[in-house]
Amino acid sequence: MLLLITSILTITLRAGTSLVYATVGETYTERSGILNLGMEGMMLMGAVSAFAAAYYSGNLLAGVLVAMLVGMALSAVHAFLSITMRANQVVSGLCITLFGGGMASYLGQRLGPESNSYYLVGLVGPRFTPISVPVLGRLPVFGAVFNQDVLTYIMYAVVPLAWMYLFRTRDGLNLRSVGEKPHTADAMGVNVFRVRYLATIFGGMLAGLGGAHLSLAYTPGWSENITGGRGWIVIALVIFAMWNPARAVLGAILFGGINAVQFRLQAAGTTIPAAFLNMLPYLATIFVLVAVTWWENLSKRLGAPGALCKPYIREEK
Amino acid sequence: MRFVLEKRETTSRLALVLVPVVSFFVSLLLAAVILSISRASPFKTYTAMFRGAFGTWPNFTETLVKAIPLMLTGLAVSIAFRMEFWNIGAEGQLTLGGVATAWVALFWSGGMPPFLVLPASLIVGMLAGALWAGIPAVLNARLKVNETLTTLMLNYVAILFSEHLYYGPWRDPKGYGFPGTAPFPETAWLPRIAGRAHMGLLFAVFLALVLWFAIKRSRWGFEVRIIGKNRTAARFLGINIGRTIVLSLLLSGALSGLAGACEVSGISRRLQQGLSIGYGYTAIIVAWLGQLNPIAILFVAILMAGLSVGGDQVQMIMGLPAAMGMVLQGLILFPMLAGAIFNEYRPVIVKTAASTR
Amino acid sequence: MKDERIKTDIPAVEMRGITKHFPGVLANEGIDLQLNRGEVLALLGENGAGKSTLMNVLVGLYRPDEGEILVDGNRVEINSPRDAAALGIGMVHQNFMLVDTMTVAENIILGMSGLPFMPRMEDVSARIGELSDRYRLKVDPGVSIWQLSVGEQQRVEILKLIYRGARFLILDEPTAVLTPQESEDLNRVIGHMVREGKSAIFITHKMEEVMSFSDRVQVLRKGRLVAVKNTAETNPAELARLMVGREVLFQLDRKLSTRGKVVLDLRDVQADDDKGNPALRGVSFRIPSGEVFGIAGVAGNGQRALAEVITGLRKVRSGQIIINQKNLTNRPPLDIIRAGVSHIPADRIAMGVVGTMSVANNLAMKGYRKPPLIRGGVLRLRRIIDFALNLIREFRIDTPGPQTEVKFLSGGNIQKTILAREIDACRGLLVAGYPSRGLDVGATEAVRRRILEQREAGYAVLLISEDLEELLSISDRIAVLFEGRIMGILPSKDADLETLGLMMAGMELEKVSGRTS
Repeated sequence: MLLLITSILTITLRAGTSLVYATVGETYTERSGILNLGMEGMMLMGAVSAFAAAYYSGNLLAGVLVAMLVGMALSAVHAFLSITMRANQVVSGLCITLFGGGMASYLGQRLGPESNSYYLVGLVGPRFTPISVPVLGRLPVFGAVFNQDVLTYIMYAVVPLAWMYLFRTRDGLNLRSVGEKPHTADAMGVNVFRVRYLATIFGGMLAGLGGAHLSLAYTPGWSENITGGRGWIVIALVIFAMWNPARAVLGAILFGGINAVQFRLQAAGTTIPAAFLNMLPYLATIFVLVAVTWWENLSKRLGAPGALCKPYIREEK
Repeated sequence: MRFVLEKRETTSRLALVLVPVVSFFVSLLLAAVILSISRASPFKTYTAMFRGAFGTWPNFTETLVKAIPLMLTGLAVSIAFRMEFWNIGAEGQLTLGGVATAWVALFWSGGMPPFLVLPASLIVGMLAGALWAGIPAVLNARLKVNETLTTLMLNYVAILFSEHLYYGPWRDPKGYGFPGTAPFPETAWLPRIAGRAHMGLLFAVFLALVLWFAIKRSRWGFEVRIIGKNRTAARFLGINIGRTIVLSLLLSGALSGLAGACEVSGISRRLQQGLSIGYGYTAIIVAWLGQLNPIAILFVAILMAGLSVGGDQVQMIMGLPAAMGMVLQGLILFPMLAGAIFNEYRPVIVKTAASTR
Repeated sequence: MKDERIKTDIPAVEMRGITKHFPGVLANEGIDLQLNRGEVLALLGENGAGKSTLMNVLVGLYRPDEGEILVDGNRVEINSPRDAAALGIGMVHQNFMLVDTMTVAENIILGMSGLPFMPRMEDVSARIGELSDRYRLKVDPGVSIWQLSVGEQQRVEILKLIYRGARFLILDEPTAVLTPQESEDLNRVIGHMVREGKSAIFITHKMEEVMSFSDRVQVLRKGRLVAVKNTAETNPAELARLMVGREVLFQLDRKLSTRGKVVLDLRDVQADDDKGNPALRGVSFRIPSGEVFGIAGVAGNGQRALAEVITGLRKVRSGQIIINQKNLTNRPPLDIIRAGVSHIPADRIAMGVVGTMSVANNLAMKGYRKPPLIRGGVLRLRRIIDFALNLIREFRIDTPGPQTEVKFLSGGNIQKTILAREIDACRGLLVAGYPSRGLDVGATEAVRRRILEQREAGYAVLLISEDLEELLSISDRIAVLFEGRIMGILPSKDADLETLGLMMAGMELEKVSGRTS
C-alpha cells in the first residue's frame, strides 16, 4: 500500500513539474496585469527546441537554455503587442498559441536529421534521469520527493523564491501594484511598462522551461501534442492558486496527480469514468472563479489583480 | 527626440482598409523567412499552397469543407465580440453541438418520421451549443464572472465529455478498434452539395446575410452595437444589458452548435475523433480579421481554410510539414494586431519639452 | 551659482506668473501664489477655476507654458512627481493613490527611491508608528487598505507624504469624502503638522472650510487670481462673492407660467454612493408642471446621486420617488424613460452619447423603440435620417452631416445633440445635470432657452447646476443641496448670491434669513 502511494506521488511530482514552472511564470505575468493565453504554444515550442538543441549538442543544459530563450522570444512578441501596441490581449495570446503550436509541429518535422526523414519524432536524445538523494530517497512516501530529476529539484527552490520575491521584496511590491492599479503605481514612480514587459518575458521563460521538462525528462523525446493541453491547464491553475506561486504546487499536484492517478483507479476498478475525473480541474476552476468574483471581499483578500487584461494608457501631460 | 502616439481626430479610413491587407503580406513575408531557413522555396511553397487550396475543383471543395465550420463559428464569435464579450468557448459549443446531434441521430431516429430526423438533430445540436454559451453568459451577466476563463474551461469539459461518450458508452461495437460511434442512419445525413462540402455552406451564407442585416437594421443589432461601443450609455438609454448579452450568447452558441452539428452529420456521419481540431480558436482569428463583419467573415474563413488545406497539400507534394498552414494562420494576425493601433493613433516625433521660460 | 541659504523672510514656496493651456482652454493665466512657512493656505474657486491645474503644476504632473517656481527662494525645475518629492512637495489627490489589496505599510513605501531590495517591514512599521503618534494620524500599518474607512485612507495618504519627507503638503478637496466628524479630525491633524514645521495648501470650494482651516486664502476665478486675503479679515459672504463673481451673461425673458399637477415628488429619499457612503440623507421636494426647479450646491454634495435615483440609474435605500402620480422608486431606467422622463447627464461623453456612432443614430437612441423610427423590429433608416435632419436644423447642431460620428463634434454640439434627443423624447420631466458646463456663450444661451421653452410647454425641469447666475435667471425656485440634505427651498426672486452662498456652505435657510434680516 505504501509502495502504491509512493509511486503515485513520484509520478505526480514528475508530471506536475512542467505545470508548476509554467504556472509560476503566468502568475507573474498576470500579477502585472497582462493575460497571456499563449502558454500552450510557448510550452510546445519550448519542448521542441529543447529536444532539438539537446539532441544536436549532446548537452542537456543547452537544451534547457534554448527552450528558455524561445519562451522569452515568444512572450516578448506578446508583450510588445499587448503593452506597446495596446492590442487585444486575448486575441494576441491565442495567436501565439496557434503560431507556436504550428511552428512546433513544423519544426518537429523539419529539424530532425536526414536519417530520420528530418523528423524529430522517434529519436532518442539526452534525458534527465531521476537522481536519488541518499538516505532521504529511501523513505516511504516522502522518498518520492527525493527521487526526481534535476529540473524538479530546481523547481523545489524556484517556488519559495518566487513567493518571497513577490511578497517580500520591493520589486515584488512594485509588480503587484502595477497589476492592481497601474495608475497609482505610475504616480508613485514605478515604471509600469518596464515591469509588465519583464513579467511577461519572465513568464515566457518559465513556460519554455516547463516545455523543456516535458521533452527532456517526462516523456522524454518529442511527439506531436506533447503538452496535451497543459498550457490551458496552467491558465486554470493560476486562478485556482489565486495568483500565489506557493499554491501553484498544490494545484499542480492536484491536476497532474489526477491524470497520473486515473490509470491506477481504472485498474482498481472504480466506476467513475476517467473523463469525469479529468473534468474536475476545469469545473473546479469555474467554481473558484464564481466564488472569487461573487464575494468581493474574498477577491480583495486573495489578490485577483485588479487591472488584469486592461492596457495601460498614460494620460497626456 | 522620441516617438509618441498621438490620438487622431478622425478614424483613419485608409488605415482600416490598408492595415489588414498589409498585414497579410507582412505575414507572408515572415513565413517566407521561416521557409527559407528550412531550405524550402517560399515561392514554390506558396504556389503549391494556392494550387492545393484553390487550384482544382476537388481541392476547392475540400477548402470549402474546412471553411464551413469556420464560417459558422466565426459568425458566432463575432456576435459576442461585438459586445466585448470574449467568448472563446466556440470549440466546446461546437463539440457539444456535435454530441447532441449524434444523440438524436443514434438514439431517436428510430421513433420519428424520417424527414424529421435531420432537422431535429440539427436543432438539438443548436440548442446544446446555445446552452453551453448561455451558462457563462448568465454567470457574467448576473455575477460578473470573467467570461474568457469560463468559456475556456467549458471547452475542456465538453471535449472530455464527448471523448468519454465515443470511447465509452456510445462506442461502436463493430468499430474494429477505431474509437467512435456507430455510423448515423442515412436519414440523419446532411446532404453534400459540392464534393464533400455540405449544405452547411448554404446555412452559413444565409445566416451571414441575416446577421449582417440584423446588426445593421434590427433593434437587437442596434442595442448590441451600443452595448459594445459604450456600455455606460447603453444603461443610461434604458437598454437591458444583461438580458441582451444572454440572448445574444444563446444565439452565438447556437451557431457554433450548428457548426458541430453539420460537421458530424455532413462529414463524418458519426461522432468520433477529429471533431474538435481547433475550429473554435481559429474562429476568433477569422472574426477578428474580418473586423466582425459577417460578409467579410465568409471570405476570411475561406482564406483560413485555404491555408489549412494548402498546408496539407504542400505536405504531400513538397514533403513540407502540413503545419506550415497553421503557422501562417497564427502569423497572419500579428501584424494586424500591431497595426490596429494606427486606426486610432498617429506616430509623431516629439522633442523633449524645453524648460519653462 | 545658486544661493542655497534658506531665507526666513521670503515665502517657502512661490509660483510666479504660471500660465497653462490645454486644447481649447486656458486653465491658468499668469497666476501667482505664495506659501509661507508654517501656514495653511486655502486655494478657493469654483469647478474649472484652475485650482487643480495649478497644483498639478506644482507637483510635477503638468508642465506650465510660462512662469516659474521657487522653493526657499531658489528657482527650481519640477518635471515629475519625483522631482517634487525631492523638494519636499507632495500631494494628496482626491482619488486616493492607494492599492486596496496591499497593507498600509506597503502602500507607504511603494515606489520609494532608496528602498533596500528586501525592506524590513518591522522597521517600516516602527517608523510609521512614530510618525503616526507625532502627527496624531492613528493608523495600523499592517491592515489592508480595503478594510479602512475613507477617513483612515486619507490619513494613510498624508502619512505617505510625511514618511517620504514632505515639507509642503497639498490637499485636493480633502473634506469632499469626509464626514463632519472626520473633517474636524483632519483640521486637528493639519494643525499638528503646522506646529511641527510643515506647511499646507488645500484646494477647496467650500467657504466654511476656508474659514475654519486656513490662515490665508487665495481665490481663483476662471483661471485668474482674483484675491488674496487673510482668513481672519474676511467672511464667507465676501468669499462667495469673490468666487462666483457678479457678471451676468445675459438676461432671458421668463414669462409667467401656470403651474399644474405635481410631476416629480421625492419623499425622504436616502441613497448611498458607490463606496457605500450616504449621498442623499432624506431629500424631499415637489416639482409641478411648468416649473424649473433649480438645485444649487457645490459638486459632490449628492447631485449625481439625486439625478441617478430619479432616472433609475441608482437604487434608493429608503424613501419614494413618485413621477406623475406613479410610484417609480427603484425601477429600471427603461421604466423611467417610458414614463416620459428625459435626462441630460452630467457625464456627457461617457453616458450621453456613443461617440463612434453617427449623429443620426445618437439622436434616435431614445425613440427607436417605437414607430415611426422602427417597424416590425426593423429600423427604418430613411425615417431616422429625416428625423435627425429635423432635429439638427431645429437645434442648430453644427455637423458636417447626419452620418458624421459624434466624437468629431465640438463639445457644445455634442451637448446640443443630447439636448435635442432628450427634449424631443421628453413627456413630462426633464432632469438636466450641469447642462451648460464648459460650453461657450452661444451654446449656453441655446441650452437655457430650450429649458425655458420646456417650461412654457408645461413640462417640469429639474436643473442641477453650479452656476448660480444660471439658476437665478432661469429657475422658478431654487433648492440648495449640501451633504445630501436640502438646506432650504426659496423662490428665485427672493434669492441672491450671498444667501445661496451661505446655504451652499452648510447654513440652513432659517439661519440665513435670521442673519440677513
